[in-house]
Amino acid sequence: MTKAPHLMKNSLGYAAEPEANDGDVTLRPAESPFQQVRLEEGPAGRKPRPFLSRRNIIVYGTLIFVSLYYLLPLYVMIVTSLKGMPEIRVGNIFAPPLEITFQPWVKAWSEACTGLNCDGLSRGFFNSVQILVPSVILSIIIASVNGYALANWRFKGSETFFAILIVGAFIPYQVMLYPIVIMLREIGLYGSLTGLVIVHTIFGMPILTLLFRNYFASVPQELFKAARVDGAGFWRIYFQIMVPMSLPIFVVAMILQVTGIWNDFLFGVVYTKPDLYPMTVQLNNIVNSTQGVKEYNVNMAATILTGLVPLTVYFISGKLFVRGIAAGAVKG
Amino acid sequence: METSISIKNLALSFGALDVLKDLNLDIGKGEFLVLLGSSGCGKSTLLNCIAGLLDVSGGQIFIGGRNVTWEEPSKRGIGMVFQSYALYPQMTVAGNLSFGLKNAGVPKAEVEERVNRAARVLQIEPLLSRKPAALSGGQRQRAAIGRALVRDADVFLFDEPLSNLDAKLRADLRVEIKQLHQKLHNTMIYVTHDQIEAMTLADRIAIMRGGRILQLASPNEIYNRPASKYVAEFIGSPTMNFFEGEIVSGDAVRFMTGERSFSLDGYAFGDAGLKTGPAWFGIRPEHMVAGEAAQEMPIRLDGQIELVEPLGSDTLVRILVDGQLLWIRLDGQAEISHGDAITVGFHPERANLFDKASEDRL
Repeated sequence: MTKAPHLMKNSLGYAAEPEANDGDVTLRPAESPFQQVRLEEGPAGRKPRPFLSRRNIIVYGTLIFVSLYYLLPLYVMIVTSLKGMPEIRVGNIFAPPLEITFQPWVKAWSEACTGLNCDGLSRGFFNSVQILVPSVILSIIIASVNGYALANWRFKGSETFFAILIVGAFIPYQVMLYPIVIMLREIGLYGSLTGLVIVHTIFGMPILTLLFRNYFASVPQELFKAARVDGAGFWRIYFQIMVPMSLPIFVVAMILQVTGIWNDFLFGVVYTKPDLYPMTVQLNNIVNSTQGVKEYNVNMAATILTGLVPLTVYFISGKLFVRGIAAGAVKG
Repeated sequence: METSISIKNLALSFGALDVLKDLNLDIGKGEFLVLLGSSGCGKSTLLNCIAGLLDVSGGQIFIGGRNVTWEEPSKRGIGMVFQSYALYPQMTVAGNLSFGLKNAGVPKAEVEERVNRAARVLQIEPLLSRKPAALSGGQRQRAAIGRALVRDADVFLFDEPLSNLDAKLRADLRVEIKQLHQKLHNTMIYVTHDQIEAMTLADRIAIMRGGRILQLASPNEIYNRPASKYVAEFIGSPTMNFFEGEIVSGDAVRFMTGERSFSLDGYAFGDAGLKTGPAWFGIRPEHMVAGEAAQEMPIRLDGQIELVEPLGSDTLVRILVDGQLLWIRLDGQAEISHGDAITVGFHPERANLFDKASEDRL
């Protein structure tokens, strides 16, 4: 690297005076941070770099290539879903549609047949919503109280309790599938949405509890002590001190649960019956139905429709998600 | 004096680790007690036990004559101020101050009146509607003190309240806390590791180490008559100079160290009286004199100046005497420099003798 301190000085030494009247731009010595901070001679700050440097070309080239690689399937899906069947049979999957039609979307949503039902994905969608909303709310409420109790109210045996809970996260689902079928049957909830909600709530518990515990543990202990001196009890501290401080981690938990439960296939297919299948199972049944022609456009539209919910959640809360992950999950 | 807090045989252990051992302490009403010690000595733990934030393993705690050993923190009649301020970030200053009162079911009008009164005392009235994030460090700590103040508690507990502030602000708030105490006459227990805070604020200082109180006495007493070598080293900066040697009593009582012997004529031995044998002889840097004044002292040492630290008001000088380094504190205007020969002198009255084995004061 060539040393060019004089260039630095010239490029930063003057700044335009915006307050000057008549549109005249006067130059005056600028209060450059470099000049104030610099104590010794020598280059300071970054060397200005032309945009089309070799480094930029490599970095941006790679980024563009990778994003194309990931976006191409989505492009094919959208394009295909907007074509009619005759156009698809031509076989050019990358070509944009000659004639845009929304018929496949309508069919995927409300007309596609799975077995005896011919009401498309819509039934699955509403089933999924009915599973999703209570599962997410219930699991987050329980896990946050769990995490709060484990982080702040070290009761006797709390460490053991926590260890057992965490071990639960490592037991493969397959091991528990059948025992849970029996348990649900015994309490009369097998094949119902309530049963599935309970299963989702339980399976979300280890990871969510860990998440909340770590977040609450990172809240200064003195805050908790101050609240106790102020006469607040278990619930008052939880609701008035902890929860208002923890919005990011609640958003993280919500995203994890929404995507996890929405994308679940296994539990949906095992613990419910065809009437109550969630959207993912419905999607599979539409795409894999064997009678007649394979309607690629309908399949593509149905797939996009199913993925829309997690996608929306990501877009809305992406920023909070990153903040919450940075604040709680990693640092804890 | 009426007792405000009484701690009897208090013990606390985390598993096999004894943090506090058989601790007894009586604190008078309106007294300002400072718990002083290096980190890990149990001073904050003791404070947390008094506050009820830690469950004790044994012993009893009385506040205002009432046994509160198993009472909730909020029912003990205490207010507490924390090192990190611990203000609730989502509430305004007024919200922070009134949180405890609302929890206690105090009527709304009275809450408002008490919050305003506390804000007036601490001069934070203009800040009442602000959130803690919009306050400076000093303002935050004032708000935190206000939160303790509104509780109208008999006892204030301070857990290193000034440690997070810069030096200037620390000195200012130290004065304010002292004035607050003079105004309110509450019992205050103040935990710190800063000996200047301890010396300036305390009516009595309890020096702690390893979960025990080594000495409980007024700042003056602690400075002039430290009960053990550890206390003597802990208080005072630069630290006390020590000579290792032996006390012998022949015609006169003398302290033998190496080739030298110091007369102990004038040293006030403790209640146990004179004890001969191996001992430490300690003398504070500020109790030594140099130059002409040294010639009049019973004990004189010749040495060489090894290091000079001018502080303006004083000059700290490190001298080398027979291979041993000694700190002395001289007048700020002393004209001396590195390498000069120097004679220092001191009087055995000002000395501190500690037993070699037990390190207790003789």
